[in-house]
Parts: sequence; C-alpha cells; structure tokens
Amino acid sequence: MTAATAHQTAGPYWHMIDFPEWADLLRAGSGNEGVQGERITLMGRITDGEGAPVADGMVEIFQAGPDGKYEDVFHGFGRAATDSDGVFRFTTLKPGPVPGRGNAMQAPHIEIAIFARGLMQHLVTRAYFEGEALNATDPVLTMVEDPARRRTLVAKPQGDGVWRLDIRLQGDGETVFLEV
Amino acid sequence: MSDPIPYRRPDPATQPPLDSPAYGSTHKRHPKQPLLRIPHTLTETSAPRFDASRYPAHADMSQVNGKGALGERIIVAGRITDEDGRPQRGVMVEVWQANASGRYHHPRDQHDAPLDPNFEGRARIFTDDQGNYSFVSVKPGAYPWRNHWNAWRPIHIHFGLHGAGFAQRMITQMYFPGDPLLDLDPIFLSTPDKAARDRLISKFDLEITKPEWALGYRFDMVLRGREATPFEKA
Ligand SMILES: [Fe+3]
Repeated sequence: MTAATAHQTAGPYWHMIDFPEWADLLRAGSGNEGVQGERITLMGRITDGEGAPVADGMVEIFQAGPDGKYEDVFHGFGRAATDSDGVFRFTTLKPGPVPGRGNAMQAPHIEIAIFARGLMQHLVTRAYFEGEALNATDPVLTMVEDPARRRTLVAKPQGDGVWRLDIRLQGDGETVFLEV
Repeated sequence: MSDPIPYRRPDPATQPPLDSPAYGSTHKRHPKQPLLRIPHTLTETSAPRFDASRYPAHADMSQVNGKGALGERIIVAGRITDEDGRPQRGVMVEVWQANASGRYHHPRDQHDAPLDPNFEGRARIFTDDQGNYSFVSVKPGAYPWRNHWNAWRPIHIHFGLHGAGFAQRMITQMYFPGDPLLDLDPIFLSTPDKAARDRLISKFDLEITKPEWALGYRFDMVLRGREATPFEKA
C-alpha cells in the first residue's frame, strides 16, 4: 500500500483556477437550469486568529439537490474567491435532507472546503440552516456538545433568501472543522 | 440502503500539519481546537461530477493562440491510483504554475520578473481509464516569497484533484528533481515522513521525453483508498 499523496497549500496565487461564474450554481450552462427548489444565497466572512479577513481564500461547496440526492438532477459544486473583506458568496438551491449512516437522517447541509495561503491542507466544515427541525437529531451536529461551538455550523437567515455563516479559523468563536 | 464505505484516515506523518511554525502564514490560520472526526456519510463519499462538456479540458499551457511561451518546454505525465493501487479514472486535474521567469499571471504577484504574454499557466485534464494524465507546459521558475530572509520557493507546479468522493479532494504541489531549494523550503519540509515528501518530487523520464521537442517528467499521485474492501477476494 502506498500512502495518499501529501497535501500542499494552494498558496496565494491560485486565481488562475478561479472561474467566478462557478459561485452561481444556477448559472446558464450549469446543468441546473430548471431544477425546482428554494433559491438561496449562502455567504459568510472568513477571519483569522486576529480577526483579520482572509482575503485570498478559495471556498468550495458541495451539496445535495433539493431532492436530497447528490449529483442526480442537481450539480452541487461551487467555488468562490473571498473578497478583500474575506467574504464569499454562492447562489444555489437549498439542499434537502440526506441519509446518514444506519437509519439516521441528516439535516439539510452544505459541505464547505477552504483553501488558502497558510493552510497546509484544506479545512472542511458544514453549513446547516437555523430553524430546521432535523438539526436537533443530525448525527454530525449532535456530536458537538458545546452549544456555542455547535452554532458555528449553523447559518442564520438574513432575509431575501440570504443565509450567513461566518467562519473563524482560529481563536474566539473558532469554527468547528471536520476531520473527514 | 447500505452505508457508504468510509475512506481510510491518513497516517499523520505522511501529511503536513496545519500548524507548521516554519511557514509563517500558518500561525494565525490553523485551528487550535482539534478537528471533529466524523463518520463518512454520502456527503463525504459522493463527489461532484465534472462533465468534460461543461468543464472543457485544456492540456497545453506551452502556447497561447499558437504563439509559444518562453522557457524549456516540458511534458508532465503520470498515473493517479488509490492507496490500493487501483487506477482512478475520470479524475479532474487542475494545474497552475508560474512562468519560466518565476512570475504568476496573477494581479497580486508583484515579483520583479517578466510576464510572458504567451503563458497563462493553467490547465485542466481528466484521467483516462487507466488513471493516466498528461499535459504540456514550460518549466516554471523559482520565485521569492517573504516567509523569511532570502526565501525562495523551489520550482513547483500546483495540482488540484477531484476524485470520486469529496473526502478525496486534495491540492498538492509537484517539485523537480535536484532542486537545491527543496532542502530549505518550509512548505516542502513540513511533511514529517521523508518518503511521503520525496513522492512530491517528479522524476525525469526519457520515455515521456519527446525527441527534438520536450523533456518529460513523471508525477504519480495517490488518492485515499477505502477502509474496507469486502468485495475483493483475499
Ligand atoms: Fe506557487
């Protein structure tokens, strides 16, 4: 057996693989045209251990479609660069609940991967949606015992279909990152 | 429905730690809390499907509109397998690099080295049924960075891989054999296991080299394997 190749940082100069249109999962040509669902914006601000914005970050999302299925009718991949204030923004459809292990059901969520200078490997977290009944029994959310830490995984509605999840890489209010 | 087979967890010695003090940018960016190890669900074992019709392949970085980039033309080729040696087909591979002078085609790269109008420095390819990929480029140059006094990155090419599970997603860097900067580079050196580190160094390969045209380098990559393989004969 050969161990998996070592990760290396994406570094500060990854924008040659930035295609800003990928942040809109509903764009013409995405393959998602005509898929029915609740249109949402997922956005947030990424900050470091000193509260400074992470302005060179590459954020990827992967999610199920409104039907709760991966890559069936909905292509659930997006990529966005953070702006000078550390803010990322995606346009997508709200995912449905996805089966967990055993008989568990996972609450609707979007998996988030963060790449940047200073990250030797990408960080993985999830955005859940405040107010979902399934959040109370979600197998991942319920692993986080501290309610304050659990809240770092739950996006809040801002009105007009906008959901906000700020991400803190380090320090006070540090986001729960997942070892996947 | 049966549970998805989880991906294997890496031996930590074979991966660079998030807290790598010699690399200054990790200081304020690495989480201090331990990562939460979650059982793999469909979210981790599924992956985006990148259809070449929507994500068109582009395998030649050595020219723009038929005009050749400056520098030493190279062919980079290799095979992507999982930890059990199984070829990984249909992997979308994203590639980006500096030009022969060590300058990125990137607004934030202010290194005082010339840009090349015939070099953008990005490619996108897909592995074939045997897990093979290849692309054409020019050998990148070393470039300075401000991590410490007189810091220079060894010459490298960035690779992004999209496998069959989102848990296999990875970004890495390919280095070149014989580069004296490797022994001084905190990013390269951050992986504790020497064998794992050395696998990031490509090999000159005469089989890939094309006479009168380009030098060839081989760079094989390994994606995480599955934890259990119940369907295989012992
Ligand atoms: Fe680089």
